[in-house]
Amino acid sequence: MTDVVTSPAGTKAAAALLEIDHLMVMFPVRAGTWGAVVGHVHAVDDVTLTLAEGETLGLVGESGCGKTTLARTLVRLTEPTGGTIRFRGEDLTAKRNKDLRSFRRYVQMVFQDPQASLNPRKRISQIVGAGIRLRGTSKGMKARREVEELLARVGLDPDHAQRYPHEFSGGQRQRIGIARALAADPKLVILDEPVSALDVSIQAQIVNLLDDLQDEFGLSYVFVAHDLSVVRHVSDRIAVMYLGKIVELSSSDELYAQPMHPYTASLLDAIPIPDPDRRRDRRRLVGELPSATNPPPGCRFHTRCPWATDLCTEVEPPLAEFANGHEVACHHPLNVGRTQLSEAIRSESSPRSSGAELTLSPAEAHRVEIDEAQGKDETP
Amino acid sequence: MTDVVLGSAEKSADPTGGAGPLRLALRRLRRNRIALAFGVLFVLIVIACLLAPVYAAHIAHTGPNTNHISEVIKVNGKDTNVVSLTDLPIGPTWHSQFLLGADQNGRDVAVRLLYGGRTSLEIGLIATLITMIGAVLLGMLAGFFRGWVDTIISRVLDLIWAYPALLLGVALGVSLAVGGLSIGPVHIAGGSNLIPALVIGIVYIPYVARPVRGEVLSLREREFVDAARILGYGRLRIMFGEVLPNLSSTLVVFFALQLAQSIVLEAALSFLGAGVQAPNASWGTMLADGVQDVTASPHLTLVPGIALVLTVLAVNIFGDGLRQAFDPRARIRVER
Repeated sequence: MTDVVTSPAGTKAAAALLEIDHLMVMFPVRAGTWGAVVGHVHAVDDVTLTLAEGETLGLVGESGCGKTTLARTLVRLTEPTGGTIRFRGEDLTAKRNKDLRSFRRYVQMVFQDPQASLNPRKRISQIVGAGIRLRGTSKGMKARREVEELLARVGLDPDHAQRYPHEFSGGQRQRIGIARALAADPKLVILDEPVSALDVSIQAQIVNLLDDLQDEFGLSYVFVAHDLSVVRHVSDRIAVMYLGKIVELSSSDELYAQPMHPYTASLLDAIPIPDPDRRRDRRRLVGELPSATNPPPGCRFHTRCPWATDLCTEVEPPLAEFANGHEVACHHPLNVGRTQLSEAIRSESSPRSSGAELTLSPAEAHRVEIDEAQGKDETP
Repeated sequence: MTDVVLGSAEKSADPTGGAGPLRLALRRLRRNRIALAFGVLFVLIVIACLLAPVYAAHIAHTGPNTNHISEVIKVNGKDTNVVSLTDLPIGPTWHSQFLLGADQNGRDVAVRLLYGGRTSLEIGLIATLITMIGAVLLGMLAGFFRGWVDTIISRVLDLIWAYPALLLGVALGVSLAVGGLSIGPVHIAGGSNLIPALVIGIVYIPYVARPVRGEVLSLREREFVDAARILGYGRLRIMFGEVLPNLSSTLVVFFALQLAQSIVLEAALSFLGAGVQAPNASWGTMLADGVQDVTASPHLTLVPGIALVLTVLAVNIFGDGLRQAFDPRARIRVER
């Protein structure tokens, strides 16, 4: 368990474990008898992100926004169309076959559906043992003991190692999935909606387990979720995705306190509050997610944004970087004053297709909202 | 199954655990008395046929192709011609020789029944093995790799499927029965039983390959395949190590049902002269021999006919029991 990846950039870039640079994933859309390509689904469209060692990055957005595709690309289940992914300075997108296989153990994944992610014909010892065998350091009795230790660590009875997946509950199966990912002794674990298939009471247990394991094994997480309330507890930073693009990136506390993108604001408003007496003004999202095959021009959110202006329909907003590294891709960000707007700079990680200059101004309706007294019915 | 008892707080009632899907299916099968009864019947038929040489040597004292046409035996104290002067063979007797009578050539029907059964079961088994291996390979390749591999395999299978199984079997059987088959260094002689086995095996491949392909198509999208890829498994290892075990219940069921189908087709081909060649005995050739005297000597057709019906019925009902046990929600569909 003590071997370390030696990479030339390992010492220099101690902070950045994972650097995603202008990553693109496009799926061809085929039609007709001969399967002619008639378009592309822009699943991940020019995404730039970094992840520090030991950090948890939350990745949120509605279904179809590309977050799962991004997660799958990080473990190379999906091939990127463009851009690079560097893990400790090594370019993963250039790796092939054997090279790729030897990297596999450092980045593991926990899947959404614990039922489908465990082979029903295999015993738990085989499923978890596969990761240990991949590492290649333990064999026979030693490997078996390690499986039992891992099972105990994720809260399962080691005596159940010879059982089959169908003999476990949903939460237990997800623990098995976590044990399988940990068995390879990874540095980075991609959690693809690890709790959304579970009961709420079980969700908390799994989230806490993941939290404990992160400290114990020195893991970094990319935590994909569509549920903002779950991500908040685990994430250091949160990236909000919309139609394949990052629209907002910030430390999780700040994102919840001061959402700058209208999309983030409406996502936060959608979190239910368990109090029947409390009435809230909600900015509900209207309309459907536009087609990713033919995304709207300019700001992709303008079709559903209550504050969209003509500018939004024409120019794609670059990521504006505010204090504390809070980045937002919006021409008219919320919850910021005029001085902050003037101090913002264009972020390095802005998509290449976005505007070259920052064109920030407060949203009209929003300014009115701030000026007027609170508590009135809102008509966006 | 060694139980290392660790000092764990909560002990489950069943510490051995590990009732896998196969064992659960067998547990369900054990409750299906009818299927089990027919399974036992089939096993008895198989044992009887395997003991054919013993019966021939020690009870009937004659071989399956030994001609007794001009001999006279004592039946009920009277001397009787094995084949009468009007060309009618004797029927069943209470005699160790000719227990089930003789045929027009004076051969012992009981001995030929057992030897014929051996041939029929042998061809059925080999044909089924060919079908299963071919179908698994082609179905897995098509379903796993999709794209042009799938297109080519599926179209070739459609080509075979487009012909009625019997018609294609007769065509192939007749053309190969005389000259035999030479593929490179391998030569199968014309009269060999391997010819009908090969023909039947190939004719039925699409009927199994299609469902296998369908199941592989759905299995490959399951997340455990992704999990295996993340662990760095190669394609072959995923195909045979992860996907194939999930096909086992389908394959077990198809094996049984296909065995019955193959035995029936073998009988049909042999009856039409496109399968087992004379003088070798099989239930199909025995039926063909007897059909000309079906009114005067009905035992010639009844004996192999009943044997055939019983065997196929036993395999089918047992196979159906297997299907219910392995697949209680009826996922496996047998298309005919």
